[in-house]
Parts: sequence; structure tokens; C-alpha cells
Amino acid sequence: MSVINISKKEELRKLAESARDKKALYGEDINLSIFEEPEEKESVDELSKLPPELQNIAVSSGIDITEKDRAGSFLQLDHSVIYQKIQSAYKDQLEIMSITDALERYPELEEYWWKAVRVDQDKYTAYAELHPVHGYFIRIFPGQKVDRAIQACLLLEENAKMQNVHNIVIVEEGASAQLITGCSLAPKVKEGIHIGISEFYVKKGAKLVFTMIHNWAEGFYVRPRTGIIVEDNGIYINNYVLLKPVKSIQSFPTAILEGENSKAVFNSLIYGLKDSVIDIGSRIILRGKNSAGEAISRAIVADRSQIYARGTLIAQNDDSKAHLDCRGILFSNEGLMYAIPELIADKSPKSILSHEAAIGPIAEEEIEYLMTRGLSKDEAVSLITQGFMDVKILGLPKHLEDYIRRMIELTQKESM
Amino acid sequence: MLIIEDLYVEVGKVPILKGINLEINDGETHILLGPNGGGKTTLLMSIMGLPRYKVTRGKIYFRGMDITNLPPNERAKMGIGIMFQKPPSIRGVKLYQIGEITLKDGKDGDKIRSYAEVLNLTNHLDRDLNYGFSGGELKRSELFQLLCQKPELILLDEPESGVDLDNIALIGNVINELLNKEDKIKTRKSSGIIVTHTGYILEYVNADKGHVIIDGKIICHGSPRDLFEEIRKYGYGRCVECL
Repeated sequence: MSVINISKKEELRKLAESARDKKALYGEDINLSIFEEPEEKESVDELSKLPPELQNIAVSSGIDITEKDRAGSFLQLDHSVIYQKIQSAYKDQLEIMSITDALERYPELEEYWWKAVRVDQDKYTAYAELHPVHGYFIRIFPGQKVDRAIQACLLLEENAKMQNVHNIVIVEEGASAQLITGCSLAPKVKEGIHIGISEFYVKKGAKLVFTMIHNWAEGFYVRPRTGIIVEDNGIYINNYVLLKPVKSIQSFPTAILEGENSKAVFNSLIYGLKDSVIDIGSRIILRGKNSAGEAISRAIVADRSQIYARGTLIAQNDDSKAHLDCRGILFSNEGLMYAIPELIADKSPKSILSHEAAIGPIAEEEIEYLMTRGLSKDEAVSLITQGFMDVKILGLPKHLEDYIRRMIELTQKESM
Repeated sequence: MLIIEDLYVEVGKVPILKGINLEINDGETHILLGPNGGGKTTLLMSIMGLPRYKVTRGKIYFRGMDITNLPPNERAKMGIGIMFQKPPSIRGVKLYQIGEITLKDGKDGDKIRSYAEVLNLTNHLDRDLNYGFSGGELKRSELFQLLCQKPELILLDEPESGVDLDNIALIGNVINELLNKEDKIKTRKSSGIIVTHTGYILEYVNADKGHVIIDGKIICHGSPRDLFEEIRKYGYGRCVECL
């Protein structure tokens, strides 16, 4: 971070200091002082050399240890970047490194640092600035179409610790890429907190498909803060998958469609289990002419879980259009689902914003129909649920789509 | 194949069927006629075993076995299949998947695709089941599932309703195939019960026997064409006199 000029660094520090105790707008307020920072770890030269336990948890969040179908990989364990690699065929297409190294190497990164997310948004952004501990920097070079996914994995190995990362992804003009980020915990991690700042920049004519798979634990807090800026003709697709219990997660990523014909799509598949409190939203700000957005979420509430599904579409340009589609099913008498769709047309009388939100049980008629085709009641419910958590909406490559489908099936079997 | 004895059925505590007796032999196709609300659909649903149709008295035997209290999936596996008049749509479940589920002889993609082709549904295989399907497409989707399932007893609820003339011949042909109408009468195995309002389907599918159901009772049996002729001329008004 040494290259960020002194006055800017000082300014950011002051802003962060001012927000040190600032509660977030949503979600339970967390006392950050109870979590310790972990020690630095040794790096590995191959993912397959990770201890088997860590390999397993990485796999459980969509990471391909063999890297066969990946263009590059990044792995951070607790506070240490222990692996980063680009497959040789992709060396001219992209770069991956720790954000710490990137800030030292590229002074121009300063203009991206806290541009899509505000440093003084709340105590979590402030903490990340005041206690910086890596994160990834990924840049796709101009015009490069990276045909295999890039994977980033953020793991926690030690209990009751804090992981805070700051990630930056830049997809340069005309480039395209698919990034899978898996976050996971070692079995012994029962509690802790993850703070993740992510700033994504999709330049003119570029495309980024970002898929995040979360695997947390019943005592674990998660506070991601994500901002995306999309330029002319740029496309950003955000997929979020949560199929494991968590103590509390609160996240409200915001895509700002600055450019003409820019587009953002948010898809979420959320399975609320045990006592999880899940507050996940997506916000699309349509600033560019002809910008378009879509936010689709599917949520299942089981056990005593609570799911808050927020969606906000803000049109600031007359020629913009966006739609929000939020559906939920409660499988439990003790759970809660709260859908909050918001449409805001801001000085843009010709913009078109729409939403459909529905919470309800699986229709008996559908179950009975499938039973007449030979499925038992449980099999019918299971098939309809899998259909409801429709992996196809994510638009992923088949192997990943199949992988997430298997995870949903497993979660469902375990929860029923 | 099917014997129904003194069947009484309630829907939401309202008695609908009031003592139905019916016997269907191997290879026979029967037509159920009658005014709306008379109990035709209820009889089909009761044979299929849908839980909302509660049997309060009587028995249903299929191939000599008492199926009165079996759930629909057990009956489907034994060889009973149904074509709904208004099937529900199921988002996220693809037509192809339901083909795999119903296919009698294991997962055979070629078979599924060939049945879809027969019914002009090749482009629908990747679509959500019945979601946004037109009237004709819904009927074809139902028949596609029956082709995969190959049931021995086929229950068809208003197979021609909402279908244009282009589709009705195709639907008639597939029903004939399901009912083994090409086979010799003696060797035909599949049997069918067809509920029809308009009788159009009789121009494409031959039926052996007809029954008129009014107010939950079968009040008349006869040749399907004769029954239809009479109803066309006099309406159900004259049937009511037989109650």
C-alpha cells in the first residue's frame, strides 16, 4: 500500500477512523474486538499439496484442486496468501496476485481503491482499511476472452479468528472472464468473522461473471461489502449460492451501471438452515442510457432460519429498465422470510422498473401431479424444490452447474 | 382390468360420487358423458387416487388387487396413467426430466426424444414443465408423459378441450397408439376411460362402451355413438328423467 500517495492514504485513514464504530444499516451489530487476527502461514506450490482437510473444504465451495478447468487460482488461508497461479496458456490474458503486491506494483490502482465501496460505509469497511490483510487482485487484459474460470478461495483454518480481505477485479476493455470465489471453513472453526471488501470494475464492452459459493458455520459472522462499476456495453453477472448454516450474514452488493447499454444481473440461491440469519440484497443503480438490470432470488427457509431478501432498483436514466424477481418457500413453522423489493425512479419518468415477489408453500396440486407420474410424495417435494432452486438461472458451465445442483440435493436431503 | 364397486367419493366433505359400479375389461375403451359437475372428472381422479378425492364407501380393484387406499404413485407404477384436463405447470422441472421419471424402461434419451418428436415437443424438452404452454401443447405434454409411462389403464380427461383442429388428429393418433388400437381386438391389452364433452374425439378414437354420469351416478350405458346422438338431439334433459 506504500504507493498510495500519502495524502490519500491519510484521508482514507481518517475516514475509516471516523467510521470505526459506525453500525451497519442492516444486520446484527458485531463486536469486532472479540476476534483475534491469525498468524501468517507458509505458502504451497501446488493446491494438491494442501493438507487433505483443507482440500476438502476448498472443494466444498466449488474449488477445483486439479485446476483442470481453471485459467488461474488464488488461495488465501486465514491471513496468508498461500497460493497463486496462472495456467501457462493464460499468462498473456490475465494476472492474479495478492492485493498487497498489486498495490506496490501498480501505483494506478490507487484510483480503484475504495472507489466502488465507501471506506466509511460502516465499521466493517473501516476495519478492513485500518487492518489490511491481503485479498486478491485480478486483472483481465484488454480484449482477452478467458475461456476457463478463474478461481479464488478464501479459507479459515483457525477458530474464533477474523479474516478480512480487500479484493479488486478489473476486466479491461473488451475482455471477459468468469470468476468463482469459494469461501469455506475448516471443521474445527465454529465461530469467527469474515469481512470481505470486493470492488469490481467492468470496463467498456467487458463482461464478468462472478460466482460466490459460501460455506460457513453455525457460529460464524460474515460481512461482505461489494461494489461494482460497469462502463459502456459492459455486463456484470453476480451469482450467489449459500447452502450451509451461518450465524449471521449481511450483504447488499451494489452495481452502478455508469455506462451506456451496461447491464447487471444478480442471481441468488439461498437455503436457510438451523438458526441462520441471512440478510442478502442486491442493488442496481441504472445511470447509463439504455442500462438494464435483473435481480432474481430463490430462498428456502428451513429450521429456525430467517432470510431477508432485499432488492433495490434505482433508475437515474430515462432509458433504463430493470426487473426484480424474488420467491421464497418456508419449510418450517419456526422460520421467517422477509422480502423487501424496492423500486426507485429518480428523475427518470420513462424508466421501467418492475418486480414480482412471492412467498408460499409448494402447491399440493404440483406434488399430486408428480405422484401420478410415479414419484412418492417426498420425491415430488424434492424435485419441485430442486426446480425452485433452479441452477440454470446462474448460466454457469455445465460442470459447475452440476456441482451446485448436487450440493443443493445434498443440503435438501440433510435438511429433510 | 378395472372393477369399481359401489363407489362413494367426497371432495372437501361434499359427496360427489354416489354409488358407482363399473367394469372395464382388457382392451376396452369406455366413454364417460354427462353434464358439468356430474362426477366424471371425480371418477377419473378417484381411480388415480388423488388424495383430495376421499373414498367413503366402496372399492376399486385393478388387476384383481384392491387399490382403494393406495397413493397415486403406487397406482402409476402398477400401470394406471392419467391425462389431466388442466395440468399444473412446475417451474424449474423440465419436460425432459419428467420424461426420464415416467419412462418405463429406464433412462433412454433416444426414446424420450423420439416420443417428443412424435408430439412436436422436441423444442419443449428443455422448457419448464407445462409453463407457458398453449392449450394444444398442454395436451401433447400430457400424452408425451403417457407415451413414456406406457400405462395399461389410461384415464383421459377431456383430451380434445382447447385443442385446434390441426392438433386433434395428432392427439387422436397418439391415443390410439396408447390404446393399442392397431392390434387385433383380442390381443389389445390397454384399456381407456375417456371423459368427453364435445364427442369430437370419437371421430378419431373408437370407443366400445359409453356411460352417462349425472349427479354422481351412472344412469345409462350404451353404444358411445348412440348415446352421443341422443344427447346431441335432446341434451341431458332427457337423461335426467332416468335418474
